[in-house]
Amino acid sequence: MLCRAGAVTRMRAGQKLGLILLLTPLLLWLSLLIIIPHIDLFLLSLRERVGVRQYETSLANYTTILTEPLYMVTFARTAIMSILATALTLLIAFPVSYYIAKMVRGRARSVLFLMCLIPFWVSELVRTFGWMILLRESGVISGLLQWAGLAAGPVEMLYNDASIMVGLVYTSMLFMVVPLVTTLDSLDDAVIEAGYDLGGSGPSILREIVIPHAVPGIVSGSIVVFMLSLGNYLTPTMLGGKDSLWFTQMIYSQFIVRFNWELGAAFGFMLLVLSSLIVWVVLRMTGQTLEKTMG
Amino acid sequence: MTASTLPDLECDCLTKHFGASVAVDDVSFSVPAGSFFSVLGPSGCGKTTIMRMIAGFLEPTSGDIRIKGRSVLDVPPNKRPVNMVFQHLALFPMMNIADNIGYGLRRKGMAKGEIARKVDEVLDRIGLPGIGTRRVDELSGGQKQRVAIARCMVLEPDVLLLDEPLGALDLKLREHMKIELKALQAAFDTTFVYITHDQSEALVMSDQIAVMNTGRFEQMGTARDLYYRPQTAFVAGFVGDANRWQGRVIRAEGEALEIKTDGGLILRGVGPGRGLGIGDKAEVFVRPEAIRLAENTAQLSHFDTQISGHVSTILFNGAASRVIVADASGAEIEVTLPQSGEFAHLSRGMTVHIGWSGEQGNCFAAQGR
Amino acid sequence: MKTLSFGLKFTASALALGLAAPANADTLRLLTWGGYAPENVIEMFEAETGHTVEVTTSNNEEMIAKLRATGGGGFDLAQPSQDRIAGPQEEFGIYKPMDLSKIDAALFIPSMLEATKANTTVSGEVYGVPHVWGTDGLVLNTAEAASIKDYTDLCSDEVAGKVSYRMRRPTLIGFAFSMGMDPFEAYADEAAYTEMLSKVEETLIACKPNVKTYWSGGDELMGLVRSGEVVAAMAWDTGGWKLNEDNADVTFVAPASGALGWIDTFVIPAKGQADDAAYAWINFVMKPEVAAMITESAGNFTASQGADEFVSDALKARYQASFPQEAVDNIKWYPPVPAGLEALEGAVLDRVQAAR
Repeated sequence: MLCRAGAVTRMRAGQKLGLILLLTPLLLWLSLLIIIPHIDLFLLSLRERVGVRQYETSLANYTTILTEPLYMVTFARTAIMSILATALTLLIAFPVSYYIAKMVRGRARSVLFLMCLIPFWVSELVRTFGWMILLRESGVISGLLQWAGLAAGPVEMLYNDASIMVGLVYTSMLFMVVPLVTTLDSLDDAVIEAGYDLGGSGPSILREIVIPHAVPGIVSGSIVVFMLSLGNYLTPTMLGGKDSLWFTQMIYSQFIVRFNWELGAAFGFMLLVLSSLIVWVVLRMTGQTLEKTMG
Repeated sequence: MTASTLPDLECDCLTKHFGASVAVDDVSFSVPAGSFFSVLGPSGCGKTTIMRMIAGFLEPTSGDIRIKGRSVLDVPPNKRPVNMVFQHLALFPMMNIADNIGYGLRRKGMAKGEIARKVDEVLDRIGLPGIGTRRVDELSGGQKQRVAIARCMVLEPDVLLLDEPLGALDLKLREHMKIELKALQAAFDTTFVYITHDQSEALVMSDQIAVMNTGRFEQMGTARDLYYRPQTAFVAGFVGDANRWQGRVIRAEGEALEIKTDGGLILRGVGPGRGLGIGDKAEVFVRPEAIRLAENTAQLSHFDTQISGHVSTILFNGAASRVIVADASGAEIEVTLPQSGEFAHLSRGMTVHIGWSGEQGNCFAAQGR
Repeated sequence: MKTLSFGLKFTASALALGLAAPANADTLRLLTWGGYAPENVIEMFEAETGHTVEVTTSNNEEMIAKLRATGGGGFDLAQPSQDRIAGPQEEFGIYKPMDLSKIDAALFIPSMLEATKANTTVSGEVYGVPHVWGTDGLVLNTAEAASIKDYTDLCSDEVAGKVSYRMRRPTLIGFAFSMGMDPFEAYADEAAYTEMLSKVEETLIACKPNVKTYWSGGDELMGLVRSGEVVAAMAWDTGGWKLNEDNADVTFVAPASGALGWIDTFVIPAKGQADDAAYAWINFVMKPEVAAMITESAGNFTASQGADEFVSDALKARYQASFPQEAVDNIKWYPPVPAGLEALEGAVLDRVQAAR
């Protein structure tokens, strides 16, 4: 008995070492690239400049954010636009994903999936620039409208909220399609057939069977798209023009243009906290947990 | 015909092509009200295609399907008076048991109170009262099975289709569910159309069985008919176990035939109405339980086919134990081991004698010449 | 024979390099603007000194942000504008004092060298010497926006929807001058500066419907003007001159209230590791013939004494067309930006950006 106990302990020790070795890269990655920089950022956000090279620890940066309506308004605008972009993306991606997951098979399926992927073969800058070429006053769509006689003069479709939305939805599509296709794929065709067999109609099956089944995919896709939209810098800047004002632009300008790292860090932290809060509320509202949607 | 004698389900010359291949080839049958009808066949024989056509998920290439005398070809699946229990049951995992069972009733627009009452009633009938609030994945395999049936039965369909619903269960539970399904069918008094590749399921439960192969019905009849009076070589081979030889007819006296197998054995058999003559290639099927095992030839004197050999393998399986006997030429014959205890001492290599009467050897013309 | 002689030469130079290496061959990591370190100049410099040059192109804000992030490391020579040296140095200490004895003062236009030294002095130490200079003003399509004489004219109905400028501090300064105020005077007086900014803010918000978009990169502005979507913009002189090559109607015009003059300098980052190579680069590129090459590449003139005569006539002609003598005299040179001023300006820019 004693011998066996010894062997078991040895084996456990071996397993433990293996576990530690497996976990090391993850822990290093987490601590070096995520936790430590965030702690640093947090400490930075608590500094207040009181004079040349003189700093004090205070919550001044956070009070600035809360008292200057511009910042909160900008955050609210960014969040609302991101939520809208997420909803639009979902609305467009759901039929596409359903079609890919359930209606087509084999080659056609891979081709469709690939078509969703193609925009990601070029950089975000090029993708956004493509939209600028299409939408600008001297651009392709404006030219087509004039040629077809639908518009008397050049039409400017760039530099407004709608063009930001177009860019955000376009950039986010893939991140919604992939989780949706995966969850819809896991829905047994027989379950849908059973719905029909028991007297269900198309809309009722969608409402009672397909969507409830796809909720984890919808939620995880939406979280990713929401976070991507919220953290997007290029698309609002380039397509939004003079009216863009995205929260990330404020962070960028505090850090790079204004040399005000303290306020920039506080902005960054507010973004982290508020966006986490929004995600948490959505998870609670849909009765999902992070483990369920991400696992 | 009056309404009560009208069959619940009739299929007329049902044919289904998938491109160039023929999945179902000119199949006709009718199922009387309240009976248990099975379609038995190996996988890929077209039985699932028939079922999906009846349910409305596939459109026949030609032919007609009538339920209670009315053609349902133009009726979409969600309006047909048939319901289906799927192979993997297809319970809705996003709903609890009561919502699963109430789904069809909700679609019919029934009042909430009424639905709850009906769901409770049907749960009682399947012997699972009070599980309405449980989740699907909290149930055992057998419970899910019953819920799947209840989900259909609550809609009081004219015909219930079952697509190999026992396939995913373990052996013990499958045996148990066979009996239970039969009992449920009797309790609901509904016409069941059951599809399976497992002959024992079909034999135990069905009033009528159709054996299907490569898109056609080979034979339709009761379990006994199929077992004792197979009409084709396929049915003889597929339903129940049988020793099988190939050979040529060397003598023919009325129905009685004498066949020399390719291995050189001389066997007696019958081939009623199959037109087998001298020189024809033939297949002979003899069931293991029709063969008598003896220690000396004297005990077998009344059998017209007698063979001596030695025990090559003993397959002990309780009541279904068998012995494989190898004759002088090395050909192996499966024989049921009698449970009387007289052969308890049998061991490998022992010499034994076997014999059977001519009418147990079922002969069919073999394909090819 | 050719191959052989080439081979020999190659071996010889490799040997020379190899032997010289321990003494003074360094890698010069240069943080500069696009066009300030053209490939042909780098090749000449590397051949002459044996140093190698690695170029990173950037702009004022990013240069300072980069140096601040590393505490003045990662680069051996940087080129921010002269008004952005004293403030960041006081605040973040990211530069090293210049060793003026290692710089050949004779290569510089004396007035410009003295002015830059004065503007970049912190606690008695000089931190910068001048390199390239230029101005902010108006880039106009004269065929369609002939009436635009000053920044405030950008808000006139005539050019409604066809105007562009940057959401950066030069816009605030330019509008302030054009509105008859003197922002440089107000630099030292925070209250006055704030008051002035609020007036500028009002004007810019009122002007917003006129603006097509705020440009942020030079290429973006070029595209807007070339396509005709923008006919009047606030921009650098070189942008106007480059556009003039394609379309004779488009050119740089010094505004009536005066163009804003900037000088990009040489500074040595606090943790620079190749000071000798840095000084060598400064003395090399300030030679008149090399400076002229940089002018051709960047489009702007340098502080190099006598480089003008090496510059192409076309460039000189454009310069003279944009800058008659009185316009040159009227250039408003940026004084050093006091530390902390950017925060005030930043809030104004944010509010203008957010206004509807």
